[in-house]
Amino acid sequence: MKSTKNKLDIKKYRIISPPKGLVKIDFKEFWEYRDLLLILIWRNISIRYKQTAVGVAWALFQPVVTMTIFTVFFGRLARIPSDNIPYPVFVFTGLLFWNYFSSALTSASDSLIEDESIIKKVYFPRIIVPISTAITPIIDFFLSFLVLLVLMVIFQFTPNFLGLLLVPLLIIIATITSSGLGLFLAALNAKYRDVRYVLGFFIQIMLFVTPIIYPASLIPAQYKWIIFLNPMSGIITLARDVLLNGKPVDWGVLMMSFVLSLLFMLIGLSYFRKTERFIADVL
Amino acid sequence: MSEIMIKVENLGKKFTIGQKQPYYSLRDKIGNSFKKKEKSGDFWALKDINFEVKKGEVLGIIGPNGAGKSTLLKILSRITPPSTGRALIQGKVASLLEIGAGFHPELTGRENIYLSGAVLGMTRQEIKEKFDKIVEFSEISQFVDTPVKRYSSGMYVRLAFSVAAHLEPDVLIIDEVLAVGDANFQKKCLGRVGEVSREDGRTVLLVSHNMHSILSLSSRCLFISNGKLMKVGDPEEVIKAYRKSASGSSSGEKTLAKAAHYGDGSARFVKINIKNKSGKPIFVTGDDIDCEVTIKANQDISNANVAIVISDEREIRLIDANTLIKGYGLALKQGQTAKVVFSLKNVRLRPGNYIVAVWMGAYASHEIDAVKYADSFEVEARREDILYTAPYPGLYSCEFDYKVEKD
Repeated sequence: MKSTKNKLDIKKYRIISPPKGLVKIDFKEFWEYRDLLLILIWRNISIRYKQTAVGVAWALFQPVVTMTIFTVFFGRLARIPSDNIPYPVFVFTGLLFWNYFSSALTSASDSLIEDESIIKKVYFPRIIVPISTAITPIIDFFLSFLVLLVLMVIFQFTPNFLGLLLVPLLIIIATITSSGLGLFLAALNAKYRDVRYVLGFFIQIMLFVTPIIYPASLIPAQYKWIIFLNPMSGIITLARDVLLNGKPVDWGVLMMSFVLSLLFMLIGLSYFRKTERFIADVL
Repeated sequence: MSEIMIKVENLGKKFTIGQKQPYYSLRDKIGNSFKKKEKSGDFWALKDINFEVKKGEVLGIIGPNGAGKSTLLKILSRITPPSTGRALIQGKVASLLEIGAGFHPELTGRENIYLSGAVLGMTRQEIKEKFDKIVEFSEISQFVDTPVKRYSSGMYVRLAFSVAAHLEPDVLIIDEVLAVGDANFQKKCLGRVGEVSREDGRTVLLVSHNMHSILSLSSRCLFISNGKLMKVGDPEEVIKAYRKSASGSSSGEKTLAKAAHYGDGSARFVKINIKNKSGKPIFVTGDDIDCEVTIKANQDISNANVAIVISDEREIRLIDANTLIKGYGLALKQGQTAKVVFSLKNVRLRPGNYIVAVWMGAYASHEIDAVKYADSFEVEARREDILYTAPYPGLYSCEFDYKVEKD
């Protein structure tokens, strides 16, 4: 077939060739598949609530029990300070964001394995799978948020209503962070199956390294920056300071959390796209 | 001249073999970095594949199991990348490598239509518009709000295929998915694939083991074996070449060591010998044919039904001779061999080529061994047939007398 008369107009074709170097993320294609992203999120939610008998109740029950235990042991017995906020409200605000983060991270890192059967049989931008699972627990976040409002009523605590406006921004930063880390872990987990065990341990440790059961103000000023390397620390501290204490927004901490979350996203994306094309072969 | 939709140039896919585990663990990776790297072999699932497909063509792809057909489709569907060469594809590509991709058992039929549709590349708007047609095509409208885990396998397949059948890609890639479901629905699906290429001018790539569907649907055919492109061209010619290679020589005793076997392998067909009464592999219509199969048991087997099936070139089954009909089940001790001879009497097959399949199983769902293309033979025309045969086709050449009564 060396005839030149039917020379192909290459531009009209999609070229499938061995991957070399960094593959560009195809944002146009991602946009074309946006409906798949929405439908997968909806699938994740509806399966979650269909499979567990208690359904929605479980999403509420779990953080409430954790909060109660933490209140008894850390608040009452250990007398950990809580910046003059009733301890249950204080710790629940922290858990709210933390639970989102840990379940987004866990499910995103397992997502490629969970959806192995689709990935091996159909093409679509693979990035959609971990991203959709990282977004899904936001629904639990909002349900728990209602519980927080109830707690405030019970403990007769008046929040700063302007602080409510900050909450969506904070959850967006948390989503970017967990999506970025989730992409990285999902690709790693597809390749090395023991990642999930390491992750479980990591999340457990992080619960104590993040100011959840204690306030960030407990940390000596010169070491604070270490804590804030984790964007979740900034998010939780901001939520408490602004929503609960009515302090002005600390833009430095907000910017730091946001920039760090973007950094995580960048790392996650670049590792994911490096592995993406081979995922069907290693799964 | 029609436009070229797909152009494949020197395409190859290499797998590295010698890895004991299907996946690694981080622990091993860290551990192994201190050890010397073990040399592992490369295996080319595909090598130097070149072909083109024009707009509106249906390209059939055939070959034995493990030939690389599925790998080729996976590369063209962008599920796995090639190792060498490249492929150019124009337009929107949809692939059906598995029926029901994306289906979730807990969700209802309605929900799964949306889910599977989106996974296959449809937008919500498209699915919404085609929803009624999909349900109608699937013939399960009264169960559309029942979770699919309660569906029978037939209903499941019907719904899954219906979603896929309403995709509107420029290139449709199909792997064996038509081999499921009941005969009527299969026909409907085949019809749909034909329609898609003829009327809408879509390009279809179709992998199938069913030569009948390849013959009736495809305009060109590709034969792949051991990762190499053996022949491409007219479907009839290519299928002939495939059969020839699959059954080896068409005469005398044949060993089945290299044939593609299915089943659990507790016993294997090792040899087949098809001959006429004088022991030669030459047949004319009306001959008695002896089919001799040699079986070796790898484990103890009992009560096994041994069968031979003779089909014509379109894979229409004409003869099924089995020991069960005669009330016999074969029992063998481990390591024992047996020869089973089927004596077919007065076989009035029309002149042409016939395929012999062998099968052995304890009961219908327990397959011990099966070889789809165990052997083939040619029936030659008798003298009197040569004189008159041409205008009167038909599958079977019945022996008959006639009488004329005039008033």
